Parts: sequence; C-alpha cells; structure tokens
Amino acid sequence: MMTITQQIIIVASVVAGTLLTRFLPFMIFKSDKPTPKYIKYLGYVLPPAVFGLLVVYSLKNVTVTSLAGFLPELLAIGLIIILHCWRRSMLLSIAGGTIFYMFLVQSVF
Amino acid sequence: MSLENHLSTLKYAFPKTLPILAGFAFLGIAYGVYMHSLGFQPIYAILMSILIFAGSMEFVAGSLLLGAFNPLSAFLLTLMINARHLFYGISMLDKYKGTGKKKIYLIYGMCDESFVINNTSRIPSNIDKGWFMFYVTLLNQIYWVSGATIGSLFGSMITFNTEGLEFVMTALFVVIFLDQWLKERNHISSVIGIAASVLCLILFGTEHFIIPAMLIILIFLTLIKKFITKHEVIS
Repeated sequence: MMTITQQIIIVASVVAGTLLTRFLPFMIFKSDKPTPKYIKYLGYVLPPAVFGLLVVYSLKNVTVTSLAGFLPELLAIGLIIILHCWRRSMLLSIAGGTIFYMFLVQSVF
Repeated sequence: MSLENHLSTLKYAFPKTLPILAGFAFLGIAYGVYMHSLGFQPIYAILMSILIFAGSMEFVAGSLLLGAFNPLSAFLLTLMINARHLFYGISMLDKYKGTGKKKIYLIYGMCDESFVINNTSRIPSNIDKGWFMFYVTLLNQIYWVSGATIGSLFGSMITFNTEGLEFVMTALFVVIFLDQWLKERNHISSVIGIAASVLCLILFGTEHFIIPAMLIILIFLTLIKKFITKHEVIS
C-alpha cells in the first residue's frame, strides 16, 4: 500500500500527463501568431475522423463470437440511424437508441 | 456580459448537454462506486474527478494507486491513453481564439464530450461563443463530479437496473458522427476515421489501438491534402 505522499505523486503525474495532452497544441501554436496552414488544414479535416475514432472507441468491447456480443449494439445503432434521418433531433435519437439498447440487454439477450 | 446574457447563454447551452447529463451521471456514479469498491474514501473519487477529469484515465488511475509506486510509468500511460486530446486541441485552436481568460478552463476541461459539443454546435449570433463553450464545459464537469461524488458516497444503495445505460455515450458519438456525415460534402475523413480505427482495433487490440489509429489518420489526411484543398474552401 502506498503512503499518502506517494498517492499524491501518482495522481499528480496523471494530472500532469492529462494537462500536457490538452495544452500542448495551444502552447505550440500561440493564438497571437497565425496558425500554420497545415495545422489549420488538420483542424478542418480532423473532426470527422475523430468522431469516427470515438464511435469505434466506445464500441471497442463488442465481440463477434456470439450474437449477444454485437446484436444489441447493431440494432440500437440501426434505430438511431432511422430516428436521426427521420427527425434530426439529437435528443430523440440518443434517448431512443439508449432505451432500446437497455431493453435489449436486460430483457432479450 | 450582463447577468441576463449569462442566463440566456446558459439556457441555450443546457439542452445541448442533456445527453451528457444522463451519461455522466451514470458513468460518474459508476466511477464513484468503483473507487469505493477498491477501498478508497469518497474524497479520492471527488478530487480525482475534479483534477484529472478524463473518464477512462480516472478508472485506470484508481488501479494505479493500488499497484507499485511508479510515477513515470503513470505519466507515460496517461500520455498514451489521453493522446486523442492532441487532435481535439488542433481542431479547437481557432474556435478557442479570442475567448480571453476562459480559454484556460476551456482547454483544462476539454473532455471527449465537451469537444464534440463545442466543435459541432452552431451558435446563433446573439449568443456569446466563448461563454457558450465555457458553460458546456462547466456543466459537463459538474455532471461528472456530482456523479462521482454520489457514487462514492451512496453507490451501494442504488438498486434499479441500470444495465446498458452506458450505451448513452456510444449513442452520442454515433449521432454526432451521423450528423456530420449527413452535412459534409465528402466522406473521406469520416471513412478514414472509422476504417483506421477498426483496422487498428483488430490488429492491436482494445488497449493499444488508439495511437496507431491516430497515426494512420494523420498520414492519410496529410497524403490527401492537395486533393482536399483543391476542392474545398478553407475558411
């Protein structure tokens, strides 16, 4: 078991690492200077790719070895797509998909 | 800005954060319960959710505290798990410009969810952009810290069946991705994001796929730069 001081140092290391990943781009590319064209380009094209990465990241524990490992996710995402194309309401799509998913994992699979 | 303007900005920001309220209340409580189950006093979950404010890293930090004392490896592990923030920062460089002192907090609180809301919301001209993003970030952190606090204090008393509620975060990311897909002129970046991530997930597994996926995304987007800039106007 660590001492309190050791625990504080560990938490501080995690805080420092997190701060670095968040502040680094802003420290390199200061706001009083024009952002380099290549970085501007990245800032423009990165978000769609990052959203894709986040979708996969949030589904990383899905498995294809059993139906219960992927079918609830697949069906719920299907419903989200239908709801969203129909109404374009973010809240309706998210709430509908989540409630349907909870029903599937609790009562069906 | 007047109090009235603050209230109208807050009123505009709040509905956008509702899915995060649901997700963070649940995941925050789960984090508090998890820290409680590891044997930590409530103050640990509360302080770590305020100071680290990066969901998955906080769970990892809980287990780090029970392992051997190795701050350097904790630091490096954090850099790896949170490397995706670098992409958020690059994407928000211009959007955070001109936000004054609030910028420090906007960067400090830039979690996955605050990034997607602040990056995609179309803010009407009568609403101050900087304060809108500030309130989105602040509300999200309040939800997370409240969840962690409740979970670490009362987690063992929750009895209704919450199985599957964590899907609300997946649903949010799917909807953001879909919304982007429906309005973008070409799908190159979206397709690269999904394809690179799935490929790296298969090749490197759930624990190590993010950084290779980020590298592939970066390489591809750099390679197609000429093609994109020729066809699209960069504002």
